[in-house]
Amino acid sequence: MGKTLFDKIWDSHVVKRIEGGPNVLYIDRHFIHEVTSPQAFGGIKARGGKVARPQQVVATPDHNIPTINQHLSIQDELSRHQVETLKKNCEEHGITMYGINHPFNGIVHVVGPELGITQPGMTIVCGDSHTSTHGAFGSIAFGIGTSEVEMALATQCIMQPKPKSMRINIEGELGRGVSSKDIILYIISKISTAGGTGYFVEFAGSAIRGLSMEARMTVCNMSIEMGARGGMIAPDETTFAYMKGREQAPQGEQWDKALAHWKTLVTDADAVFDKELTFDAADIEPMITYGTNPGMGAKVCGNIPRLDTIGESSRASFQKSMEYMGFEAGDKLQGKKVDYVFVGSCTNGRIEDLRAFCEAVKGKQKAESVTAWIVPGSKQVEKQAIAEGLKDQLEAAGFELRQPGCSACLAMNDDKVPAGKYAVATSNRNFEGRQGPGSRTMLASPLTAAAAAVTGVVTDPRTIFNI
Amino acid sequence: MPIDKFVSVQTSFVPMPIENVDTDQIIPARFLKATTKEGFGDNLFYDWRYDKDGKPKADFVLNNPNYSGSVLVAGKNFGSGSSREHAAWAIAGYGFRAVVSSFFADIFRNNSLNNGVLPVQVSEVFLAGLFKAVEADNKAEVKIDLEQQIITNVSTGETEDFEINAYKKSCLLNGYDDIDYLLSLSDEVEAYEAKAVRF
Repeated sequence: MGKTLFDKIWDSHVVKRIEGGPNVLYIDRHFIHEVTSPQAFGGIKARGGKVARPQQVVATPDHNIPTINQHLSIQDELSRHQVETLKKNCEEHGITMYGINHPFNGIVHVVGPELGITQPGMTIVCGDSHTSTHGAFGSIAFGIGTSEVEMALATQCIMQPKPKSMRINIEGELGRGVSSKDIILYIISKISTAGGTGYFVEFAGSAIRGLSMEARMTVCNMSIEMGARGGMIAPDETTFAYMKGREQAPQGEQWDKALAHWKTLVTDADAVFDKELTFDAADIEPMITYGTNPGMGAKVCGNIPRLDTIGESSRASFQKSMEYMGFEAGDKLQGKKVDYVFVGSCTNGRIEDLRAFCEAVKGKQKAESVTAWIVPGSKQVEKQAIAEGLKDQLEAAGFELRQPGCSACLAMNDDKVPAGKYAVATSNRNFEGRQGPGSRTMLASPLTAAAAAVTGVVTDPRTIFNI
Repeated sequence: MPIDKFVSVQTSFVPMPIENVDTDQIIPARFLKATTKEGFGDNLFYDWRYDKDGKPKADFVLNNPNYSGSVLVAGKNFGSGSSREHAAWAIAGYGFRAVVSSFFADIFRNNSLNNGVLPVQVSEVFLAGLFKAVEADNKAEVKIDLEQQIITNVSTGETEDFEINAYKKSCLLNGYDDIDYLLSLSDEVEAYEAKAVRF
């Protein structure tokens, strides 16, 4: 029987199989940031140990950092301390760090791919659940806890049971105004936030093949939101074209060798998955979430589900969610008031996302009632946005381009949505209080965020933009 | 470094019949700025537990003196979302030794096990039985025996087996942690590196 792409990479990274237990898995690349690493370094220090392979670790502070006035020191004392602790730990252990104001600083899951650090066939971990983003390159990438960060730092290995395999095929052509964010919100709305738990997912099918690398990253990024250990897409010509010439991608003869290996990274035709699902791309429309987990999504032009369509055991949780959002079951989504718009995050903070937003709002104006945060995913994205004139376009439409960081995705810095206010966000989680205590988040694509930003209400982008 | 051993526990428990409790609820992001593992228990479920002025909300279960015990019993899909191990530190720091649910998110499950907190996955029916028992008697008890891998609803005598891999079970019973084990494999790691395909 043939092997899946996942099997090929996993099996070639197993250092040891423990009977009745997990596999010891070798890690090629380990990304770290300021929030989930300090206790891991503390553990190493307490053991009197050291980082095993510092050259395979890359650090970038992102979660805490302000998105304005980055040339000044961080005002919040705890945030500053955490960022300084990362710097100190990296210096002590000889780890490369792209600190604030470094031209390569940014959100860890934006930085890794854009520098070519993320490569097909690798095992990649980071103490952050959205590490699944890197799977877009045909790598096994997943989030880990801080104990595992310590394991990976101390030994370059972690211990994991091998997950089950799932393939999700999206076949056919995407409709007008439908982006990769809509694909993943659609899938999660169909299979729920626990539908992928225990599985590692390969995304495939003609609609996935047709996506750019950045769009593929958006899909893999949110694999964790359906509970999956990670998501991946087989590398192909789109991947190789993206990789070529990147700062840390293989060069010259090494490139040729790497390319030959990467081309073997496909699921064999006779490989069997533990579970396989297929969706028709034509059924996907622009999506938005209405509740307090990413599985609570519906088409923008539709309605919140009626209570009688919710299973009895889930009704209390559903109603708790509606109460938090200030919505009623069955409500129409279009026309719901929007106070904040956030474009950014490791899900949709790349140059194509900013381009899509800018193109849509061109010739229009931000609604006066809306506060908007447009946050590039990295310094490189920021630089490119300025070079392409996107910053000027944004300003002409009443928006401003901020500085890079995780920002309002999880509101660890000052970018917080106030209690009771509604935000349309291009990020990945709409949990209670995610964007600030009491904040109400509706997840959507950059295009749907643009429609909300210029109208001040939830709006189907196909009704107002010439797309 | 040793983790807390877990062998067995019999205790009253705290019921939380809510589904999809995510790690942002267990410990909101703004409390993740610490650089040590201590003190997270004080902020466990902060936004459900306290109002905006920091006063305890009387209707939240952790503020209800009728409920107590070192086991948390929660609705399905517990611990979804962020990989923050701070969620496991908060649960352990508050004093819980085990969480019972009908389904756990993967990363949370690993994080719990790495901190001596046992995730016990039970059937929907068994979970409903526990909620029913504690509704009838706030001091209803649950017994969790890791050695035998059996959980008991003490009020009804109903029991159920639960799963845990043999390696993790041995770690918890003996208080071993993974890092000591991994460090002992350094020769095997070097042998792996010598033959691995790398560019």
